[in-house]
Amino acid sequence: MQWETVIGLEVHVQLATRSKIFSGASTAFGAAPNTQACAVDLGLPGVLPVLNETAVAMAVQFGLAIHAEIPEVSVFDRKNYFYPDLPKGYQTSQMYHPIVGPGEVEVTLDDGATKRIRVHHAHLEEDAGKSLHDPFSNGMGHGMTGIDLNRAGTPLLEIVSEPDMRSAKEAAAYLKAIHSIVTYLGISDGNMAEGSMRCDVNVSVRPIGQETLGTRAEIKNVNSFRFVERAIAFEVERQIELLEDGGKVVQETRLFDPERDETRSMRTKEEANDYRYFPCPDLLPVVLDLAYVDHLRDNLPELPADKRARFETDLGLSAYDAGVLSASREMAEYFERVKDTCGDAKQAANWVQGELSGALNREGRQIQDSPVAAETLGELIGRVMDDTINGKAAKQVFQALWNGEGERADEVIEAKGLKQVTDTGAIEAMIDQVIADSPAQVAQYRDAEPDKRGKMIGYFVGQVMKASRGTANPQRVNKVLKDKLDALC
Amino acid sequence: MHDKTLTELAAGLEAGEFSSRELTQALLARIERLDGELNSLITVTPDQALEAADKADAARAKGDTARLNGLPLAIKDLFCTEGVRTTAGSRMLDNFIAPYDATVVEKLKAAGTVSLGKTNLDEFAMGSSNENSFYGPVKNPWDTNAVPGGSSGGSAAAVAAGLVPAAMGTDTGGSIRQPAAFCGITGLKPTYGRVSRYGIIAYASSLDQAGPMARTAEDCAHLLGAIAGHDLRDSTSVARGVPDYTEELNAPLTGLKIGLPKEYFGDGLDAGVEAAVREAVKVYESLGATVREVSLPHTHYAIPAYYVIAPAEASSNLSRYDGVRFGHRCDNPADLIDLYKRSRAEGFGEEVKRRILIGTHTLSEGFFDAYYKKAQQVRRLIRQDFLDAFEEVDVLMGPTSPTPAFDLGANKDPVSMYLQDIYTIAVNLAGIPGISVPAGFVGQRPAEGRPAEGRPAEGRPVGLQILGTHFAESRLLNVAHQFQQATDWHCRRPAIAEETR
Amino acid sequence: MAIDKTDVLRAAHLARLGLNDEEASHYQDDLGRILAMVDQLQGLNTEGVAPLAHPLDATQRLRADEVTETDRREQFQRCAPAVEEGLYLVPRVVE
Repeated sequence: MQWETVIGLEVHVQLATRSKIFSGASTAFGAAPNTQACAVDLGLPGVLPVLNETAVAMAVQFGLAIHAEIPEVSVFDRKNYFYPDLPKGYQTSQMYHPIVGPGEVEVTLDDGATKRIRVHHAHLEEDAGKSLHDPFSNGMGHGMTGIDLNRAGTPLLEIVSEPDMRSAKEAAAYLKAIHSIVTYLGISDGNMAEGSMRCDVNVSVRPIGQETLGTRAEIKNVNSFRFVERAIAFEVERQIELLEDGGKVVQETRLFDPERDETRSMRTKEEANDYRYFPCPDLLPVVLDLAYVDHLRDNLPELPADKRARFETDLGLSAYDAGVLSASREMAEYFERVKDTCGDAKQAANWVQGELSGALNREGRQIQDSPVAAETLGELIGRVMDDTINGKAAKQVFQALWNGEGERADEVIEAKGLKQVTDTGAIEAMIDQVIADSPAQVAQYRDAEPDKRGKMIGYFVGQVMKASRGTANPQRVNKVLKDKLDALC
Repeated sequence: MHDKTLTELAAGLEAGEFSSRELTQALLARIERLDGELNSLITVTPDQALEAADKADAARAKGDTARLNGLPLAIKDLFCTEGVRTTAGSRMLDNFIAPYDATVVEKLKAAGTVSLGKTNLDEFAMGSSNENSFYGPVKNPWDTNAVPGGSSGGSAAAVAAGLVPAAMGTDTGGSIRQPAAFCGITGLKPTYGRVSRYGIIAYASSLDQAGPMARTAEDCAHLLGAIAGHDLRDSTSVARGVPDYTEELNAPLTGLKIGLPKEYFGDGLDAGVEAAVREAVKVYESLGATVREVSLPHTHYAIPAYYVIAPAEASSNLSRYDGVRFGHRCDNPADLIDLYKRSRAEGFGEEVKRRILIGTHTLSEGFFDAYYKKAQQVRRLIRQDFLDAFEEVDVLMGPTSPTPAFDLGANKDPVSMYLQDIYTIAVNLAGIPGISVPAGFVGQRPAEGRPAEGRPAEGRPVGLQILGTHFAESRLLNVAHQFQQATDWHCRRPAIAEETR
Repeated sequence: MAIDKTDVLRAAHLARLGLNDEEASHYQDDLGRILAMVDQLQGLNTEGVAPLAHPLDATQRLRADEVTETDRREQFQRCAPAVEEGLYLVPRVVE
């Protein structure tokens, strides 16, 4: 039987506010346990929540970026359940009236095709704290779980897709698109390793042609693009095998184990949860007036899809290059700064995707952490374009800049004496010397058929470049050499 | 000093007749002597009180003439007080030293008041008799066989007994007004959102409201002015200016339109209570008011709606007491679920558990629409009843409670206890302000009672409840104050307060 | 709507309240009577009436995104039943 995979994603994005969604405690990552959990975050008796305006603005910006409906009124509800990292015994969330209504995200697949994935809604909620199991190295608290509530109350935007994805690749592309939108908007750092973006994946399969959805499994907390693909691939295979053997998929929550590359059923903790959602009586309805939403819309930054289109049409980049260079806000900003400095989009694109990306990948760095600033790279490209150095020397300069051997391209060129010799007199002198030193090669050249001479000239070019320690302009050398050798024939 | 009003004590301090320290010492001595029997205070804080009194005296010496500077009071043990145990009347918080001050407490401190301690209450403010306290029941100073009402029973009893001239209470379904009525004092529940709830241990968030309890409406006006106002830490507090609530106290009542809700004079109303209330209405007529009957047709749905909404909110509000970050934790929990279940079973009393169970049940899947949503729809109808009535009249009047204080242990059945709040609960659902003022007495003192020689037997107090539309506190205080200028019910003191001047 | 014992036990479990059998029976009786009283609501026609969650028709005020809180872990943990190295301790949670 032929099977079709159906995937929906719930993506939790930590919003990059300074303070928490309902309190004035810091959201900074990495503080000592419970030092950023204030009275409100701890749920001390008597405390009350007050909503962070930046969290609201960020959620609305996201909604606008995916062309979603922005309802005038949204309401916070309480989701009631007990867990040690949930201090109040409920999570403040939005069940019935989310801040962002239906929208859609355009994703680009590997073959360059695009697909629209519908977003059902996105809602604001507070994050929980962290449970650390057997946290003490000294044997204290053995068999205990330690609770750190620093993260409790960090604002989350939960983005719930429709079940519109049909393959693991599509799911990964969707997740990348979401990542790129939130980082473009600057509403999240998108750092998946630190948990700034987390993902629950709903997967089901059905025979091709069947209308109704199959029973789905929910894979919790899949925290990288790669794991999303792998978890789905495993889960799809598991479900198909199960169904083909006459079994049934059970609706359940599963965990992805990256080490074993498999999903497995979470021990069904107990009977189904009953979260007893009801409107949070400590918060009032959030009402967004039209002018406010319009103001946010007018101030949206250029989004990835628009940027990609502009790179293609205005800058004349290939669809592939435009896609790569617009994939993240940092990449796009870096590229545009390089382009603005050197004045040539294609050269800038080649360098950013070539030398720079190679170096970043080798060291596992992000582009925003590049030791070579965009302006420096632009300046370097400029020196190639104005013939100050040749391409080979440029690579040397780049490496030197990368290694911190200088701040500016010109400084390194100068220090290393890489300035290209374009002075015809100097080049001619070097050529004359090489010709004088190579009588045997000159004789061979002279004796060769004219159509073979082209290849033989390489030897002389090499010798001249060597004599110039790489600084001679290769085009110039080529031309003068040819003239001089041909004159000898 | 103990039988004076706040206003009189302020004048005494101002005139230098006594210092705040002397006043504080005198009242602490009375508490020491009398509260063993009344049990109105859970925690007395003499050291902090004397320190605050000295600070107030020093401020006065430097020319601080703030109205409330140096005046003693007590605070319901539902308000968080930094460095002072805050129990909510529950074993759950028996060891809880609050690490911060409620906004009301902060404001009272800033006004220079001197807190003598934390008053007893029904556990987590759930009750109408103060019998649901982990710290034992409070006795009614008028008759120690009677309850003081609840949940702010300790505050009401302490004021009535002359242990403090005023106290802070909270009112979710009548918890200021009913004990004020039972103890013969004046208690004001402001409009929802008028006073910050920050730092008040939550019972039912959409209904809870703090307010003053004192001997007179005038005292309540001074206190309300000190505690009211917008609080950036409470989203539900209202951004609206705070008037001088004493300004209109003396406005004449000529032309005041009083409505008597016919539903407040029906079955179940004690004849003596009704007689006292009708007598009070006559006083108003003599002051130039006109009276007409009005109807609040959904009155009888108020208690059912309340017992869906309040327990639902409470069940969620009380989930934070889980034995993890503060509060009671059971010994040797076997695992997490055992930790939760035993800590909460041991920490909460019976009425609290009852309400958690009701609230959990009515919110659970399959019941939400039939109970919670329905109750909220009814809530709108109840509020509309009041808004319609206030189109026709300025204030509504009726009894605060259908009976005077009942005997300790007399109301064993929870439902019949709930029905006691028939006249007060709708007010919280609608969010309007209400005040209870002393308006007479019912019955005689028991034979072995303690009236001092020659003092007439009076029985148990009756409260007149006056209701106004949202933010009509100034009007309510004016109407109450004028009554207190024309009558002396608020000046009567129980025998216990007469002892040892 | 009547309430049976399994409903009481279910609510008790959701609310993490330990109840023994006798207590469950006792609460079943109380809750039954309370719900009977509450059921008066069913007799009222509320079709088309919007639920009222707050007594005032106010809307949420927003807070500026500023860090206003400082580290008060030491004070906050003074009333904690069990802490170690700044962490609140609970019996091991099995995932």
